[in-house]
Amino acid sequence: MTLKNVDARGRACPEPVLLTKRAIDQSPERVQVFVDNTTAMENVKRFAVNLGYKVEITKDGQDFVLKISR
Amino acid sequence: MSGKKGIILTGAIVGILAVVLVKFGNPVNMGLCIVCFIRDTAGGLGLHRAGVVQYIRPEIIGMALGAFIIALKSGDFNARGGSSPFTRFMLGVFVVIGALMFLGCPLRMVLRLAGGDLNALLGLAGFASGIFLGVLFLNRGFTLKRTYSLQRAEGYLFPAVQLMLLLLLLVRPAFILFSTEGPGSAYAPVIISLAAGLIIGIAAQRTRLCMVGGIRDLIMFRDTHLLTGFAAILVVAFVGSLVTSTFNLGFEGQPVAHADGLWNFLGMALAGLGSVLLGGCPMRQIILGAEGNIDSVVTFMGMLVGAAISHNFGLAASGSGPSANGRVAVVIGLAVVLIIGFMNTDKAADVKMKGDVSIDA
Repeated sequence: MTLKNVDARGRACPEPVLLTKRAIDQSPERVQVFVDNTTAMENVKRFAVNLGYKVEITKDGQDFVLKISR
Repeated sequence: MSGKKGIILTGAIVGILAVVLVKFGNPVNMGLCIVCFIRDTAGGLGLHRAGVVQYIRPEIIGMALGAFIIALKSGDFNARGGSSPFTRFMLGVFVVIGALMFLGCPLRMVLRLAGGDLNALLGLAGFASGIFLGVLFLNRGFTLKRTYSLQRAEGYLFPAVQLMLLLLLLVRPAFILFSTEGPGSAYAPVIISLAAGLIIGIAAQRTRLCMVGGIRDLIMFRDTHLLTGFAAILVVAFVGSLVTSTFNLGFEGQPVAHADGLWNFLGMALAGLGSVLLGGCPMRQIILGAEGNIDSVVTFMGMLVGAAISHNFGLAASGSGPSANGRVAVVIGLAVVLIIGFMNTDKAADVKMKGDVSIDA
């Protein structure tokens, strides 16, 4: 099983979601996404939840870490 | 208020306020138009000399200040920048040139449609085509690269500039220009325009309402979240225009519009493509700028300069149709934006991180 990390910090809309999508295509079991603003966090979360994933969010300073898993 | 209810409510608020602003004096089907209002403000500051479109629009000021205040309160305010600033400036210039060919930003396109202006259907078709083209670039790895953290003070300057504009509007020094006829002379009282802007700024910041994001997310991710906001504006403004009897179905004789379908299409195609590459519509750029996104502030400056160029060079269309200069500019704009798209597309879009690990299952 692969854990894919995605660094989407500083990326403008819709790149965080697009990067997450690519990572999920490669590693459908587990993906971890780093973003640095609420908009990106909400967008990635909504995308993953719509695909039926569980999303666990932790705050790390200015950044958010989204753990996306089945 | 981040769910579907929030975005629908925000769309409804924008739709209602657009109708209210027309009722109180804004031009018909132009209760709100970000590009037109930036153009009017550019005229008010004397950056162009088109006498009929000169007025510092308080709606823009209100939107920026409302978004700034709520972003400070919610903790979303974060000064950042450095994601291809000059490319964004140029995209801002061309988005405005495209929008002024059509005579409206994506928001006014929806309001025109709601008011029965069928020319906006061709605008919408062009807009969606431009977005589709932009999505192709995004899927191929288009990126303007990341932003970096900046001093907080950098983020305070944009709202401070908006306050200065408000001061100029209220004090009316002799060097600030005010239209005495045409769309620039049609405006609601400052306090109503400002209040409407503040409310929209707050709601749009909270819900990330974006006119280009709706169609983009539908094409890219089959996600209708932002599109529901777009639809809510359309429905509410449509009902509003019926109630206030400004609804007028047809192609000819529409307020501040022309009936040249091809150029309505191409103008909005340019605006749509440019906006997708920017990551948001003109309204969204103002909200992001107020949140401390300096790249969006630079885009705003590009839009201001683009508006001035549009009128100084005779590019903007008028009620009688597109100008020859404007047609040339839109074609050049499409070419430049396509080149920007190709030149910023990373073939190695597959971003690998050092932290990627393989775990034996």
